[in-house]
Order: sequence, then C-alpha cells, then structure tokens
Amino acid sequence: MPETKPVLMQGNEACAVGAISAGVRFYAGYPITPSTEVAEQMAARLPDIGGVFIQMEDEIASMAAVIGASIGGMRTLTATSGPGFSLKQENLGYAIMAEIPCVVVNVQRMGPSTGVPTAPAQGDVMQARWGTHGDHPIIVFSPASVYETYYLTIAAVNLSQKLRQPVILLLDEVIGHMREKVEIPEAGKLIVEKSSDKVPSDWKPYDEKGLTPLVPFGFGHYYHVTGLFHDQYGFPTGDPPQVERALDRLHNKLEKYRDEIVLTNYIGHKEPRVAIVTYGCVVRSARAVVKKAYWQNRLPVGLLSLQTIWPFPDREIEALAKQVDVILVPEMNRGQLVGEVERYARGEAKVIPVNRYDGEMISPDQISEALGRWLS
Amino acid sequence: MENRQEILLTGAGGQGLILASIVLAEAAVNDNKNVVQTQSYGPEARGGASMAGVIIDIDTIEYPKVTRPNVLLCMNQASFNKYLPRVEPSCTIIVDSSFVSGSYSEEYKVQAFPITRTAKEKIGREVVANMLALGVINAATGLINKHIFRESVFRMAPKGSGELNQQAFDMGYQLYEEGQGQGIGISAQTPQ
Amino acid sequence: MAVIEQLTQDFLRTKKLPHIWCPGCGNGIVTAALVRAIERSGYDQKDVVIVSGIGCSSRAAGYLNFNTLHTTHGRALAFATGLKMARPELKLFVIMGDGDCSAIGGNHFIHSARRNIDLNAVIVNNHIYGMTGGQHSPLTPTGKKATTAPRGTLERPFDLLELARGAGATFGAKGIAAQPRQLEQLILRGANHRGFSVVEALSPCPIAYGRRNKLGGAVEMLRDMKENSISVERAANMEETELVDKTITGVLFSIDAPEYAEEYYRSIGKEIG
Repeated sequence: MPETKPVLMQGNEACAVGAISAGVRFYAGYPITPSTEVAEQMAARLPDIGGVFIQMEDEIASMAAVIGASIGGMRTLTATSGPGFSLKQENLGYAIMAEIPCVVVNVQRMGPSTGVPTAPAQGDVMQARWGTHGDHPIIVFSPASVYETYYLTIAAVNLSQKLRQPVILLLDEVIGHMREKVEIPEAGKLIVEKSSDKVPSDWKPYDEKGLTPLVPFGFGHYYHVTGLFHDQYGFPTGDPPQVERALDRLHNKLEKYRDEIVLTNYIGHKEPRVAIVTYGCVVRSARAVVKKAYWQNRLPVGLLSLQTIWPFPDREIEALAKQVDVILVPEMNRGQLVGEVERYARGEAKVIPVNRYDGEMISPDQISEALGRWLS
Repeated sequence: MENRQEILLTGAGGQGLILASIVLAEAAVNDNKNVVQTQSYGPEARGGASMAGVIIDIDTIEYPKVTRPNVLLCMNQASFNKYLPRVEPSCTIIVDSSFVSGSYSEEYKVQAFPITRTAKEKIGREVVANMLALGVINAATGLINKHIFRESVFRMAPKGSGELNQQAFDMGYQLYEEGQGQGIGISAQTPQ
Repeated sequence: MAVIEQLTQDFLRTKKLPHIWCPGCGNGIVTAALVRAIERSGYDQKDVVIVSGIGCSSRAAGYLNFNTLHTTHGRALAFATGLKMARPELKLFVIMGDGDCSAIGGNHFIHSARRNIDLNAVIVNNHIYGMTGGQHSPLTPTGKKATTAPRGTLERPFDLLELARGAGATFGAKGIAAQPRQLEQLILRGANHRGFSVVEALSPCPIAYGRRNKLGGAVEMLRDMKENSISVERAANMEETELVDKTITGVLFSIDAPEYAEEYYRSIGKEIG
C-alpha cells in the first residue's frame, strides 16, 4: 500500500481524487447541485495530468461524451444529481448494452422533480436499479463516509473496466458535501487494476465465450458498436436465440463476479435478535446506535451496512434473517430497499421500515427509538 | 466524559463562517483529532443566513450533524435570535457585539466581543473577523492546540494573507483575555 | 478508376449487404459519396471513425468497414465529441438524418458548431422521419404532408446551414444526391477543413415522403432535385427573383477559426499526435 496521510476532504472531492487515482482521465458533466464539486475538482485537476475535462451542453450530452471517450480508451466518469440522472438514463442503457465501461455518480438530493436541491434523500435507489429501460443488469455502490467514497470510486472504476459495465456511485447530499478527516494515499498514486494488454488475434468485441477487453477505436479492429442487440462482432441482430443469448451475457458476467461486486459489512452482536440493514449516510446514524446498544450496553443488536445495493445482497440478507427476529431498515425515503430486504428475508424475520423524508438526515434517536420498541 | 465537541458557527452569508469552519476542521485534523464539517448550502449561504457545523472527537464520528452544540458563535442578530433557544444552557455562546444586542434569558452563558469592529479598527480588514472569531473561540474553549491552530490559519489563508489572518487569530485571543480581565463579555446584558 | 473501385470495396462490409434501405432511397448514393471522399482524403483506415445516430441514414455506419459507432437518437455529435476529445488524432465522420440532427439532436448540433470541434457532420436530409414511417421533421418544407401532418405541416423549416453558421460552425456545404460527384467533393472539402464542418445532402425518400406528397418516384425526385438546384458560383451572378425555391449547392461558407480539441490540448501543453 502507498503511504497515507490524514487530510480534511469533502465527499465530492474524495470522489474526484479516487477517480483520478483509479486512472480516470476524462470527465464530461453539467453543473447540478449537490454534485458540482466533483466537476469543479475534475476541472482543476485533470488538465495538470494530461486529462480531459469538458462541460457539455446538457446531461444527456455528458453521458454520451463519456461513452465516446471510453470507446477511445480513456477511463471516464460523470457526476450528477436526480434531475440529471433522469436525463442520463437512455445513454446509460446504451453503455450497458454496448458494454462500454464508465462510472456515473449520482449525489442524491430530495425529489421528486426539482425537489429540495440542497437537502439529502435516498429517493433514487430504485431509479438507479431500473431507471433505464429494458431488462438490464446494474452495479450500484452507496458509500457512507468520505473514505468509502474514495475507495468505492476506485472500486467502481476498476470493476467497470473489468466487466465492461457501467457502475453507479449513489452518493447522497450528506456524504457528498460533508468534510471529514481521511487517510488516503497522496493524489496521483495510481490504484489501477490493469486489464490484459494483449489482444488475441481472434479478438471479438462481444465474444460468445465470455468477457473480452475493450480494444479502443483507432487500432485497426474494425468492429461495430450499437445499442441494438448484436452478435459477437457487434452487428445488429433480431434473431431470437441470439437476442436471448446477448441479454443473458449481460447478466451472467455480473453473476460470475458476484462476490467481487457485492460488498457488505456487519458489526455488532454475534447472535443478534434485532439487526439494522441500511446504506449510504444512514449507516452513520445506525452505527452510532449500535455502538451504544451493543458496545456500551451489550444488547443483542447488529448492523449490516450495504456498500453495494445492486445487485442486491440477497444471500447476506437470507443468512441474516435466519439469525434474527427483526430487521430494521432505516432509509431516507418512503421505503425503497426495504422491499428487497423483505423479499430475501423470506418470512424468516420481521422486516420493519424506518423512514424519514423531510429533507433532513435520519437521526440516531429515530433509529434508537425503533430499536427499543423491537428489543423489548 | 463527553469527547464529542460540537461547534456551530452562525451569521450572515459573506461573513466567512464557512471558511472559518473549514479552517477549524483543518486545525483539528492537524491536531490529530477526528473531525467532520458540514454547512448550509444554497443561495442562503451566499447572501442570507449562513451556518456551519464542526464536530471534533477523539473517537470515530458517526452522526455528522450538530444537534447539541457545545460552542455556538453568532455573528449577527438573526442567528443569535434563531439559535440561542436551540442550545442548552451549558453551551459556550460567543457573540459578535458589533452586530448583536438585546436581552436574553439569564440561564445562558453569553460572552460578547466586538469581533468585527476589532477586525476593522485594529487590523484594518473586516474580512478577517472570521479568523478573529476562531481566536476567541479557541481561547475560550482550548479545543485545539493553539500553535497548531495558528499554523493552520496561516496555511489555509489566501496567498499572501497568512500573516494578516494569524494576526486576527491572535487578536481574538487577546480580545478574549482582555475581556476576561475587564469583566466584559460575561454578562446577562449584551453590551451595546 | 479501377484502383479507386478496389479500395472503396475495402471500406465496405460487403457481407452486411444488401442494405435495409428502400428501393429509390438516396442513402446509398450519399454513403457511396462519403466512402469515395474518405478514400480520396488519404486517411489511414484505422484512423477513420464513423459515428451515427438513429434513423435510416444512420444505419450506414454498419455497412462501412471502419470503427463504427451507432449511437442513440440525436446524440451522435455528443458521443463523437467525447471520442474526439479522448483521441483527437482520429478522423470522425458523423452521419445524421434531418430529424436526428435538427430536432432531438439540435442542442448538440449548435454546441458542436459553437465549440468548432473538428467533426465532419454529414446530414442526410430527406425532409422526413423515414424509419418510423413518415413523420414531419424540422426540415420538412411548410405545407408538405406527413403522417403527423396529414393536412400539410404548418411549421417553418430550419435553414440548417444558416443555423450552423449562426451557431459558429466554420464550414458549411450543401449537395444533392442527384449530383454524387459534387457531393463527394463537398464531403472531402469538409474533411480537409479544420473545425466543425457541416455537409447537408438532400436525398430522396420516395416511399415515406415522395409518395405522400405526389412527388413521383425516385427518378422524378432526383430529376426535380437537379433541376431546382444551382451552384453557389452560378447563383452569385443571378438575380434574387431567379433563385426563389432553388437549392444553392456548393460550399456556402468556410471560415478559419480556432478548433476546440487542438486548443484544449495546447492549453494543457500537449500536441495532438
């Protein structure tokens, strides 16, 4: 590991620093609160290291430009918030279909619509999963601290490259805007998982045998990239068996690397009776509760925090549900991921939503109160 | 023993409170403490009311928002009126008497200092009132090692203004210490 | 002549032919002119990228043997901007239809022009949305019928090249499918131009546009196209009254101005290799 030193850093800045450390050299974006600092950091940093920053005419163009640059061989990232994330969806689906790596950051704010632009929320959990049309797979990370933002951005970039699959980093206003002490390697140290440089002579862009690295345009491999269903050379097809195989291919690669993708963390009692399952900034409030309930008061309580929310950590929830009586799912929405928790708890544990949606961060007191009710 | 210290800096947009909160947080990092900084965003941070919170702790900081401030700084009347009723009487309350006046409940420990006026008259630059306020706060609370804080003020200042900002920080200490000596600053009535 | 034909074959994915276009469609003529222009440009095949949007003409990308990028509806220029900025040494030709470019993609069109980024836009203007079956586009002349304007459209069309010029494009030319050699020359000149170049190619759509507007078949449409066009050189010596309802073909403007990718790379101290 490279040497680290403690610095004060904002979540959005950590995202930019992580991206650069992971080799991102292209950023296209459009200003939107509360994600703008990511763009500002990239605009300040990328030119110094030979990278490209471009402010595009709109959110749609930003997503398109990022995909174009990825096809040119650059590692790319764009950042936005709810309204812009809505606009990016069509081209996000294109990147999934055409298997073009890129990272899309959504610093969630209170919605629907323009909502409260400076207030935090977790209303885009389902949009991140199903926002673009068609039966697609997706990877979504949800960091709970400035440091997690840094390392999950790095993980997102590397995973995106490896799987040729867009990865979404679902931040929230709390994490994006807060500053905190982090210890990270100095910016500029590359933390890049290199994919193979060797291109086999029989390279096909969408090889039926499995994943192949993306060979950028301009190197004499004259393949076709399209959002249409395509054969292993990239050419359009409407042939039902080929269409089915192509869709399976997109899902299978995520299933194959599931253990690298799905990241969760459990703290608390070894034999908990009540567990909290949550993600994003709410993890912080939940951890404050568990620290007090378990570390101080030795109550049978635990917290499973989800760094990955899609693909959903189904096995982890199944296992947890078998251990506990009750799972609390605090979220800053009217209940989104709680439905998935319930689905994979399979009736083994009672699943209770704890919601806040007034534009304020959920407090430890609110979770504590729910916990108290179900412990007694 | 409460390790967690919550500091709430409030006032008007343009008084440099957000920068002050970042300098305070930076100083806490340099003093080897854990720290989280948050602030109000949106148009109000530029023109209207401005608010920034800093939490300093030896332990890991989980919940990042200020809920029970140990220190409250009010740099204008509106923020004093708004935030005073929200803090507990044990909170250290520092107000800028250049802008804040009027009576309040005697259960609060309010310490008033002419922060902006001193910056203007003694240093000749109103813009450094924020660093002066940090000097007052640290003198009153000893949150951060003074030497480390001074260094951080210097390092975080815009190019070429490090010494000026340090001077303001020192002036804050002086104001606090003189205020102690002269008995002003601790009063149920805010001096005019 | 024989040599040219041979090389042109190299630039086609002959196994993907025959194409999907209707009998009488002008897309094949415009695509062939593009291929010949690329051939004449002397560009290395591996440096050429064809980017297209969605629509009939955008399917051309699939038939051309280069790195080809068939994007989403209206967004070809935005994809191309990202690719060009990542790899400024590549030569990008962006094929769009009239609806693709000027309606859903209008914003990217004017901003590509404003940046003056070195992309070669080739807009196949058949005055109609062909792939979806004949809806009116921003380039459908007022009064012409479409499935979504059964009584004739009330809307006024863009003058695409005036739009491009006003937005900052530095090269604009108009050609017609009825004069493929001239079209080839115009595309070649656009390619050689440093900056955002726009070549508008009028192209017949006898099925979705001609038939509904009683313009005859492909032969009649091409004949009328030719008869109603005047080169910019000849037009210069004609009275305005003589030019009413005429299509002026040729290079309508060519301006020297800083190109965005080059300026960007210079600003960060890198030369485009």
